[in-house]
Amino acid sequence: MDIPRIPLGSWIEGGLTWLTSEYSVVTRGISRFTQTGINTLNDGLMWLPEWALLAIIALICWKLAGPRLAIGGAAGLALIWNLGLWNPMIETLTLVVIATLVAVIIALPVGIAAALSERLYRVIMPLLDFMQTMPAFVYLIPAIPFFGIGSVSAIFATVIFSMPPAIRFTTLGIRQVPVELIEAADAYGATRSQKLFKVQLPLSLPTVMAGINQTIMLALSMVVIAAMIGADGLGSEVWRAIQRLRPGDGFEAGIAVVILAMLLDRLTQSLRRSSK
Amino acid sequence: MDEQRPVKIKVRGLSKVFGKQPKRALELRDQGLKRPDILEKTGQTLGLSNISFDVYEGELLVIMGLSGSGKSTLIRCLNRLIDTTEGEIIIDGENIPTLGEKALLECRRRHFSMVFQNFALFPHRTVQQNAEFGLEIRGIDKTERQKIAHTALKQVGLEGWEDAYPNQLSGGMQQRVGLARALANDSSVLLMDEAFSALDPLIRKDMQQELLQLQTKMQKTTVFITHDLDEALNIGDRIVLLKDGEVVQIGTPEEILTQPANDYVRRFIEGVDRARILTAASAMRPLRTTARESDGPRTALHRMREHAIDSIYVTDRDRRLLGLLEADAANAAIQAGTEKITGHLTQDFRKVSPQEPLQNLFAMFSEKSFPIAVVDEEQRLLGVVVKGAVLDELARAGEQ
Ligand SMILES: Nc1ncnc2c1ncn2[C@@H]1O[C@H](COP(=O)(O)OP(=O)(O)O)[C@@H](O)[C@H]1O
Ligand SMILES: [Mg+2]
Repeated sequence: MDIPRIPLGSWIEGGLTWLTSEYSVVTRGISRFTQTGINTLNDGLMWLPEWALLAIIALICWKLAGPRLAIGGAAGLALIWNLGLWNPMIETLTLVVIATLVAVIIALPVGIAAALSERLYRVIMPLLDFMQTMPAFVYLIPAIPFFGIGSVSAIFATVIFSMPPAIRFTTLGIRQVPVELIEAADAYGATRSQKLFKVQLPLSLPTVMAGINQTIMLALSMVVIAAMIGADGLGSEVWRAIQRLRPGDGFEAGIAVVILAMLLDRLTQSLRRSSK
Repeated sequence: MDEQRPVKIKVRGLSKVFGKQPKRALELRDQGLKRPDILEKTGQTLGLSNISFDVYEGELLVIMGLSGSGKSTLIRCLNRLIDTTEGEIIIDGENIPTLGEKALLECRRRHFSMVFQNFALFPHRTVQQNAEFGLEIRGIDKTERQKIAHTALKQVGLEGWEDAYPNQLSGGMQQRVGLARALANDSSVLLMDEAFSALDPLIRKDMQQELLQLQTKMQKTTVFITHDLDEALNIGDRIVLLKDGEVVQIGTPEEILTQPANDYVRRFIEGVDRARILTAASAMRPLRTTARESDGPRTALHRMREHAIDSIYVTDRDRRLLGLLEADAANAAIQAGTEKITGHLTQDFRKVSPQEPLQNLFAMFSEKSFPIAVVDEEQRLLGVVVKGAVLDELARAGEQ
């Protein structure tokens, strides 16, 4: 049995090398732009005194979800502060916010287009399956030749990894709008865009929000993993604890991730409820 | 029916095939095959086949048929929510099946409002915003459309509910919102697909009544779909009866009941309470004789004897009914030496309009034995109904 091995790996490498050299201007532009965004948000959040940011977040929780989340959130953040993990937490939060923002900005139009075109739907759904079943850190590898080691690569990988649910749920939400409501809009002579903005999007909003909630959760998990390629934040605290064999530090950072995850989850869920 | 009435929508040779090779299905249809055979041979459903009818300006046309007969398909072809396979639908000179995309939108906005079986209200919009929908789509400015929607909501009795959401309302009220949304739009044609079928019977009757009242006020051209014969007979000016995608009969409720086109229609109408549907006009007979106000008592008496009757209706020169002269009164007049009969008339008889339901006439017969006079709005005497004729009419209708 001497079937030559298919050089799949070297093809992919060749493709990536070609892409990085051909589009280095583009990638460098994106890189600089993203890095500026990260730095600005990071600096802004860190410029605020800890207690002030804590109060602001608690207030937002109160407004959106009521006193329970406000108290729980404040306690959680206070614990993170007390453990000396405030700055890594901010760095992680920044990466999550920016990655989610980019993911949603791409996902919404793609999701809408896939919902409205049967052909696009059939192309995009398997692609999403592929993106989601691929092990998360594989995305880190091609990110490095494009954007080098650091936060921009982390954002790139995170966007790709966390985008699928936002696309999927947007498509699902729009396709779920009852046909009789589409018929009603058509019967009164609505154009495509009137139908989209007055009927389809408003009615799919709760579903879209559920997708965004999942995207945020995935982004958080990916941003932590992205410490492997040099992303700052809570992930790199865990990473360092592993390397130095200090399980205590590792768990502290892990608990901070859990607190942040719960806070983000409850907040977006309350947003979703209010959009119903 | 009066062929001179202005036609609002003209439907000619309309067919609809659900499937990928409609030509093939239509060929088979032309060879005389019916819906089930075509479905078996080609896997395609012949939804509608060669439908032709007119919708007159201002009438309430009911399209009736059993479930699956093609009613929803037909009404959706009118505003092209479903594309037709062949045939013409002409409204104000435009052929709807061949309109371009822009023209179609324009046509829907101008001509059609639709009310749906399951209401199809927008759950994220308030009652007021639902009523405004059609106007908003047409780009009417906000204050203007709020005013119009408010008037429409008032018309259907929903004043004060503007800020509620559809899921806070009962079924009947939701359909009122659906109706308000259609009325606010002020299109030239109102399409109603089983609009009352999802409501419980009492509410349904109320809604029918209200629709009829609105209809008398506004005279809006309406195409109303139902599978319920009672509803069709109750509200329809004319009825188009569908079966398996084909027209079986077109006519007024009375024509459908008294002259069913075939056995299918006959079976269809078997369950109807005919006395409620038939009117005085169907049992009315022409008068064999009448007296004129200028006649003397002798002439009148002579006419009565000639026709072996003991009373006679008296009219003026324009055939307006003045009263009834009984044989006894005529004799009394002769004895008194009067030359005029006008002073001896009685008003102690019953008169009805031609639309009076036949069932109401039974009660009148038990009071008086005179034939019931049938008069039009100007009190002109059209004919009479005698007791036997009512029973005859019911028996005859019952046999069929
Ligand atoms: N989209 C469709 N595809 C295939 N068949 C259809 C479709 N819509 C309706 N039909 C068929 O056409 C026939 C008429 O349906 P419809 O117009 O809904 O009847 P009705 O409203 O009188 O109950 C039925 O046999 C139905 O199964
Ligand atoms: Mg139907």
